[in-house]
Amino acid sequence: MKLVTAIVKPFKLDAVKQALETVGVSGLTVSEVQGFGRQKGHTEVYRGAEYQVEFVPKVRIEVLVDDADAQRVTDTIVDAARTGSIGDGKVWVVPVDEIVRVRTGERGPDAI
Amino acid sequence: MVNTGDTAWILTSASMVLLMTPGLALFYGGMVRAKSVLNMMMMSFGALALISVLWVLYGYSMAFGDDLGSTADGGPGLLGDPFQYLGLKGLMEDVTSEAGGLPPMAFVGFQAVFAIITVALISGAIADRAKFGAWMVFAGIWATIVYFPIAHWVFDFTLIGDDGVVTHVGGWIANDLAAIDFAGGTAVHINAGAAGLALAIVLGKRRGFGRDLMRPHNLPLVMIGAGLLWFGWFGFNAGSAVAANNTAAVVWVNTMVATGAASLGWLLVEKLRDGHATSLGAASGVVAGLVAITPSCSAVSPIGAIVLGAVAGAMCALAVGLKYRFGYDDSLDVVGVHLVGGLVGTIGVGFLATAAAPAAVDGLLYGGGVDQLWRQTVGALAVLVTSFVLTYLIGLAIEKTMGFRVDEEDELTGIDTVIHAESGYDFSQLASGGGGSSAGRPLGAPVPTGKGARA
Repeated sequence: MKLVTAIVKPFKLDAVKQALETVGVSGLTVSEVQGFGRQKGHTEVYRGAEYQVEFVPKVRIEVLVDDADAQRVTDTIVDAARTGSIGDGKVWVVPVDEIVRVRTGERGPDAI
Repeated sequence: MVNTGDTAWILTSASMVLLMTPGLALFYGGMVRAKSVLNMMMMSFGALALISVLWVLYGYSMAFGDDLGSTADGGPGLLGDPFQYLGLKGLMEDVTSEAGGLPPMAFVGFQAVFAIITVALISGAIADRAKFGAWMVFAGIWATIVYFPIAHWVFDFTLIGDDGVVTHVGGWIANDLAAIDFAGGTAVHINAGAAGLALAIVLGKRRGFGRDLMRPHNLPLVMIGAGLLWFGWFGFNAGSAVAANNTAAVVWVNTMVATGAASLGWLLVEKLRDGHATSLGAASGVVAGLVAITPSCSAVSPIGAIVLGAVAGAMCALAVGLKYRFGYDDSLDVVGVHLVGGLVGTIGVGFLATAAAPAAVDGLLYGGGVDQLWRQTVGALAVLVTSFVLTYLIGLAIEKTMGFRVDEEDELTGIDTVIHAESGYDFSQLASGGGGSSAGRPLGAPVPTGKGARA
């Protein structure tokens, strides 16, 4: 089992969600996060004073998948989230030791 | 007989001016960081509460009582008799003349709300770092020592009866100097601006001033506040005609158009200098224009008002950068907007006044020479210096005794939770009981302590 985590531009959330549904992903978790990469934030001006806003709003999407699906889900997210400009984000995959469905107590791949 | 039309307009204007202080609370509140929005707004509401009481007790009398030390020939014009109308005694009966006029209490109310907002304006200079108790002590002392006397100087006109006998001696700027300050460019704006500068110097900079991100947390609040200020300002200026007449109508139009021109002026400077026309700039330009037209609204033509407003908007947009150059943390630009805008408007009368306007005086650009110009300049500088020096001393006295600033940790944590035990926003489902379960509180949610009314 794997955890696929993606940091993407907020306006790409809907596109990523729809793309994941078409490849059979039945659940995911999203959260609003802030951060910076090579994009290095942006500049805002208040009454003539410039502020470097380093942390840019992003959306984090987390999907638990079976080992066999990890590559396909990752590629789907990357395709849906790409604009080609700086700040598109990152996707990474980590192994997961155990998953439990709270309601039924099912464990392992059955709980995905 | 009371003139019912005039009375209705003045009571309406007074109510509009009262709304300016909550409007100012929004204007200022949106400009600070989320962790100190309530403290910022509380400084305005604190002024509303305290000054309304002081005004009734002795403030009106200090401002509009007979000039202390005066004779039938005139007086020093420095202070009204604090005991003449102590507790507003004698002002409940209808003493209006047969020719018509205002009930005394209508004027008492109208002038009260000027005192309130002048004190509240100062608070923008000391955002994020002042103890609320110290602010309230300051507000009471400042109103008593600085505002009430200066209101006497500027707003209290000498009255002469039908038989040519002086019935009331007023303040020196209004009568002896004869500077034109229709609604308070000196007494309100230069006064509050100079006081803000002095207080910002006494309290010192916020931790991280010039280094940390201190951007406004809610610009829509700022724009709502600016809108309420603009609305209320029609009462402030047109109400200062103290009658529902032609002067009030001319002043109303000048107040509208100078403000529009100032907002354009500010936005133009921003666009040329920074590349963006900002909402904060539009709102700030509105206030700068309102400040500049306040002293001048009865003295200039509508075209003169456009010129004055545009100049004020542009100059204030440039002036708000001065604090970074000189290193004083006038957090919300009370100096850059109110002091500079007040000076532009007050001294601008000397240039742009036209005899065709209700004040019937020609300024330098209309062939009137420098006579009015020097009167305006003396009036402006007198209020500026007096206010700065007295405010500095009051601020220093409070700092040395009870302390004016919160300590470093409290300032960094956020003054709202530390001083007021509240926070302005609670949008998080996690922290507001959004889980809906009776089994236990959600992570991080507030827990009733059992103290106080809920116990």
